[in-house]
Amino acid sequence: MSFFRQLTEKSWLPGRSKGELPEGSVYYLPAQTIAVRLIMMVATVVFSLFVVAYGDRMALSDWHRFSEPSILWANTVVLILSSVAWHWATINARQGRLDGVKTGLLAGGGLALVFLIGQFMAWRQLADAGFYADTNPAYAFFYLLTAVHALHLLGGLVAWGRTVLRVWRGVAVAKVRLTVELCAVYWHFLLVVWLVLFALLWFT
Amino acid sequence: MAYFIPTAAEDVAPAEVAEVDLYHPHSFVTKYVFSQDAKVIAIQYSFTAIAIGLVALVLSWLMRLQLGFPDTFAFISAEAYYQFITMHGMIMVIYLLTALFLGGFGNYLIPLMVGARDMVFPYVNMLSYWIYLLAVLVLLASMFVPGGPTGAGWTLYPPQAILSGTPGSGAGIILMLVSLALFIVGFTMGGLNYVVTVLQARTRGMSLMRMPLTVWGIFVATILALLAFPALFVGAVMMSLDKILGTSFFMPAIVEFGELSDYDGGSPLLFQHLFWFFGHPEVYIVALPGFGIVSDLLATHARRNIFGYRMMVWAIVIIGGLSFIVWAHHMYVSGMNPYFGFFFATTTLIIAVPTALKVYNWILTLWKGNIHLTIPMLFAIGFIVTFVNGGITGLFLGNAVVDVPLSDTMFVVAHFHMVMGVAPILVIFGAIYHWFPKITGRMFNQTLGQIHFWVTFLGAYAIFLPLHYLGLLGVPRRYYEMSDTLFIPESAVTLNAFVSVVALTVGVAQVIFLFNMIWSAYKGKKADPNPWRATTLEWQTPENPPAHGNFGPELPVVYRWAYDYSVPGAKEDFIPQNVPQEEVPNTEGGLGLPMPAAHQPAE
Repeated sequence: MSFFRQLTEKSWLPGRSKGELPEGSVYYLPAQTIAVRLIMMVATVVFSLFVVAYGDRMALSDWHRFSEPSILWANTVVLILSSVAWHWATINARQGRLDGVKTGLLAGGGLALVFLIGQFMAWRQLADAGFYADTNPAYAFFYLLTAVHALHLLGGLVAWGRTVLRVWRGVAVAKVRLTVELCAVYWHFLLVVWLVLFALLWFT
Repeated sequence: MAYFIPTAAEDVAPAEVAEVDLYHPHSFVTKYVFSQDAKVIAIQYSFTAIAIGLVALVLSWLMRLQLGFPDTFAFISAEAYYQFITMHGMIMVIYLLTALFLGGFGNYLIPLMVGARDMVFPYVNMLSYWIYLLAVLVLLASMFVPGGPTGAGWTLYPPQAILSGTPGSGAGIILMLVSLALFIVGFTMGGLNYVVTVLQARTRGMSLMRMPLTVWGIFVATILALLAFPALFVGAVMMSLDKILGTSFFMPAIVEFGELSDYDGGSPLLFQHLFWFFGHPEVYIVALPGFGIVSDLLATHARRNIFGYRMMVWAIVIIGGLSFIVWAHHMYVSGMNPYFGFFFATTTLIIAVPTALKVYNWILTLWKGNIHLTIPMLFAIGFIVTFVNGGITGLFLGNAVVDVPLSDTMFVVAHFHMVMGVAPILVIFGAIYHWFPKITGRMFNQTLGQIHFWVTFLGAYAIFLPLHYLGLLGVPRRYYEMSDTLFIPESAVTLNAFVSVVALTVGVAQVIFLFNMIWSAYKGKKADPNPWRATTLEWQTPENPPAHGNFGPELPVVYRWAYDYSVPGAKEDFIPQNVPQEEVPNTEGGLGLPMPAAHQPAE
């Protein structure tokens, strides 16, 4: 029964006889999966509102178009590779291969760190060129959107650090499989968010 | 999406398996301070919220002293007055009502009412409280920084919120924005718990439509909050950057003390949209748990099943959805396109339909019920009357043409205090009295409860009914003093003084409530485990108050909805949710009630 079908239940009728289990169902999804989906839902709202604010502010006359640092292209490739590595880790976790999981985890997290360093370098390039957050709202949004995205990635790296610790302490692959899968989903989500933000920044 | 439907006794739903592996506290600190038990966290949330709420209450006294007796109290300057207003509003809406309904009642009632041992993520739940406490402390700290707390009004509109002419425009506003951001982070952690627990940790047989309406109200309000608070978060972050880094997201080019500021081209209206995209759902974040709790109080104390349960659930969901498309009715005077005004006036009127439906259903629940005028019931009925009052003036203000002349008058103050000040507070009092025997294991003093109700209820009307009249006269809100304004008659000044005296009296009367709660918690008569003879699971726990893990070794199994009161043929006038049809004591001295036709085998 879907969520909305359950809303039509005539619950004032008492359940069937005691020997049978009463009606009612429980979602067969781990609680962590639902929690990660909810986190992504909230993050989607946050980023959507930033994008709406960007669109609204962009329409005003003082908006200054500028060329984003080209290092963002390299950063984007790195983040895509990070996502691929996470996917690799997921496949290996499903097949129970510890070595593959370790490789995927190290590559996924390491590349994410490289991406963050790359984003910081982009900031430095803009600042060195004399473009600060108070120079123009276009720059302010650049700093803001990249920073909020980076903070979400840092949150993901906390989960990554905990997973790496568990794997290196010898926890069975089957026990970290769900965590690896959820981290991978979150990474893919942040990649999509970045692609949208990057397109927005680049084309406007 | 796959679902698990138990088909045999040995099948155990995944949520139940997870619950077996409970965390167990071993020391005083882990049991009562850094506790992961939702019940303890609920009490921590409630104490903190009530404590900060009392600060806001005192601030309202100071405002009323100034309004009732201008030029009398030298320590209430114009700047201080605006700071009182701002802190009073923000504390009451966010740090008291939201925190108490969701963090307090949500934590205590969700696991108990759905038959779970605890929240699904107890550690995150604990973090949620401590971040909330940090947010409260940061807010309080703003009262002690140079310049004091922000005096920008609770809506924190730019540009004035961060301009130097506004009180607390230095550290005050920054601390307010930081505190709000912290609150939202903390709430999100708690909110994840409430939603996942309702979806995943219900006990066997507790289908969504067998949940008490209290849980429905808190559940939908939490989803609203998870979707609406990000707007406030985004606004707070961007305004902080405008203040700290000098960006111009919201700040237009503006002359400040005769000099052109460095800001340029920002859009103050953008902040208003963000604020109210949060702000209007916030009304329902506070109201929906109230709706749910009142439904349960009415059914229990009128010994009658709730009228139109399915409609009540659907109305909660529909109101939740509609609450996201009415926000700009707070902005009719902001210069918006009149067609937008027409759209938002229409959606505002539409949202009144499911809301009115709920009110009719409450009244029909009471109709021919066996009404017990207990203290919780008095507060529940008080809520209905007050909510209808405040709701109807909301229909006035929801229409752009009526709103324009009434905007920024005391009429608006009266409206929103009735609908989201007094009404939710009445529910909170009713709920505290109702669940007090469960939380403490003792009964409260009935006489003190009666005095508390009548003083609070009648006092609230003595305060806020006159404010409607003052608003119609044209008395503006947010004015430090009216002085000799020509169109304000002398009678308005007298009325203001009257309102202030009543406000102080009602405020002081809350000491009766506090005394009753504290005294009864230690010295009250020992409570029966189910003193109201209620059907829901929290009253069926083996221990009173419920111990860690809530239900002992076996989780309850649910066989019926939460509203089997006065069922024909049953010996008692209530059937708990965990009693199967074959075991219900009947009027003939035996056990069992006939199965409904829907469950009879087909012939």
